[in-house]
Amino acid sequence: MLVAGVDVGSTQTKAVVMNEKREVLGKGLVPTGARLNEAGQAAFEEALARAGAKESEVGFVVGTGYGRYRVEFGDAQVTEISCHARGAVFLFPNTRTVLDIGGQDTKGIKVGPDGQVIDFNMNDKCAAGTGRFLGAASEALEVPLPDLGALALSGRNPVKMTTTCTVFAESEILGWLAKGRHVEDVVAGVHKAIASRSVGLLRRVGIEPEVTFTGGVSNNEAMVELISELVGMPVNTSSETHHCGALGAALFALEQILTGAMTERQTV
Amino acid sequence: MTSPTKHERRIVIRPPLSLAGTTRDENRTLIRDWWADLDAAENEGRPVANVFVMGSMAEILRTFDMPISFPEMTSLQTAVRGRSLEYITTAEDAGYSPDICGYVKADVGVHLQGGDHPMGHLPKPSLVVATNLCNTYIKWGEIWERMYECPVFVFDIPGWRGSGFETKKGSGTFRDDVRYVEAQIHELIALAEEVTGRRFDIDEFRETLGHVNELSRLFQEVLELNQHRPAPFNALTEGINLMGIVNAYRGSPKGTHFLETAKAEFEERIANGVGAVPDERFRLLLVGTACYSNFRDFAGLFEDWQGVFAHSDYMSFAGGALDRGIVYDLDRPFESMAEQMVLSTQEAMGGMFWGQDWLTEVVRDWDVDGIVFHGVKSCRTVSTGLPDEREWLLRHRDIPGLFIQSDLVDPRLWSEAQLKNRIDAFFESLESRRAAGARR
Repeated sequence: MLVAGVDVGSTQTKAVVMNEKREVLGKGLVPTGARLNEAGQAAFEEALARAGAKESEVGFVVGTGYGRYRVEFGDAQVTEISCHARGAVFLFPNTRTVLDIGGQDTKGIKVGPDGQVIDFNMNDKCAAGTGRFLGAASEALEVPLPDLGALALSGRNPVKMTTTCTVFAESEILGWLAKGRHVEDVVAGVHKAIASRSVGLLRRVGIEPEVTFTGGVSNNEAMVELISELVGMPVNTSSETHHCGALGAALFALEQILTGAMTERQTV
Repeated sequence: MTSPTKHERRIVIRPPLSLAGTTRDENRTLIRDWWADLDAAENEGRPVANVFVMGSMAEILRTFDMPISFPEMTSLQTAVRGRSLEYITTAEDAGYSPDICGYVKADVGVHLQGGDHPMGHLPKPSLVVATNLCNTYIKWGEIWERMYECPVFVFDIPGWRGSGFETKKGSGTFRDDVRYVEAQIHELIALAEEVTGRRFDIDEFRETLGHVNELSRLFQEVLELNQHRPAPFNALTEGINLMGIVNAYRGSPKGTHFLETAKAEFEERIANGVGAVPDERFRLLLVGTACYSNFRDFAGLFEDWQGVFAHSDYMSFAGGALDRGIVYDLDRPFESMAEQMVLSTQEAMGGMFWGQDWLTEVVRDWDVDGIVFHGVKSCRTVSTGLPDEREWLLRHRDIPGLFIQSDLVDPRLWSEAQLKNRIDAFFESLESRRAAGARR
């Protein structure tokens, strides 16, 4: 029997297919767009294909993310806060603090040893300090998003971003370029602004080692370096942390079956 | 653990209760009468006072048979009825900033539109009474002063002065403070005599104070009923009805009768094991107010998880100290009232910044699972300290809390997806906490 977690985020939709031994067999990643259920289905199918599995083998699907209620093929929904906490502790069992920087949300989560959420804090009504801020910088500077991290690391004199408003980011970036500042210094400044804001949010829940960095932005090497510097310890990341929400959702799906809390779909 | 889909309302079969709906019916009648009296006052040329829920001075004004109008209640009602935005935008069109209190703008919008609102017609005030408990009150009073050229009387009530100052009851400073406030009560009486053309009647004043004593006793008893599990009433959805009446009918026998009705109905629910929220699973304490422009949705986000608000600090700070137990000494009415005003101001101002002790007591006595802190975007005064208070209570008292933000009456500040995400996650964490506790 397999289970799956589908994380329909504001920007990207991720899916994970897992077996009963808690082994990740396949992952999927697609842009979310406007059709949430279709995005969820596409990510799920991609994960199934990578796992070499069929949908009929999947006994339980948990949806998470803002679009969790639109995962019409899902059996249950859990918020991404709980899912990232569960996923982070699964990947790094000594995790006590989770920083998730997603497309529009940044979350600081304090977790217990079993992955339960003890406390959390999120950005409120402002996407500054989130992945969207990097997206705006990518568009304004015409630098592909995956290349931003390496470029930021080459910046020697980061600019001071006076605002962390995503909407105003573009004009501020253009303002720095107009002053003759190098692109890499502007990008480095953008990264510093996001890191500072994110860690400020993390401090409100209390930073306890180990810190695990999840979400799409955890792929950004410059951000990993800056966050580690600001929290005063190296933060955990891996190739799985981008999918941490979907991973946590899959773990919840498995828990539902193994504890008998819910019945797997084939036996209904 | 799985979060519920949006507001799946369930039909719950309950035992037939003979008193079901009596509180709601009496509330509707009283509120309808109250609006009608305000409407009639203007037609009959009777002077009306605009007052606020914190420090309404109903004890004095009722003695002059002066109808009292609460702008906070007007604004709230426009929001609950889905009309606040049109009044808010009317005020903004007239130059009021998007950042200032939504209550003020909804009320100003009503006045700018000639006073007509969904519940009736707002009379022009002949007198405004405010206190320094909220700085917006004073500026709000000034708006009406300019609009209607009516006198504004602002009570200056001493509160907490800082570390090292002893202002508690019994101290010399407290006695000085009481004398200072008592003098202001006499000034208000003189002004009210001038506005109404009536002489102040000390016997009527004593009778009014007696009704407030009774109201306070009943109010405390009603609140304590919610220590039962399941809670017989929701301090959010039904609490608002209680608060409307205890403010509008403070000092009137109709107010005490209403609380007797509510008490009887809630006691009947307890006797039959009926809770306000079917199959109660979580008991909550609300700090702040609800979002009235999205009132049903706001409540539904918690009810979806079978969460009931067993208490709310709104039922404390907006109740003019009724919850703390008012016992006016009818042999020395002025001094006694001044004492109460000083004490309640100290508690209200202290509660705004040092609310943790009271919150801890409520969590213990009302058996609360978690506190919901609702920040109001258009009121920084009451919202600024909430995240710190939440963190302190978690760290030092191990009381879980959720901080969310929207507004009192401005639907533009309501963002359901974000609120739901945080609320669902909070309940998930409460559930994990409960499971972890069961395993230990």
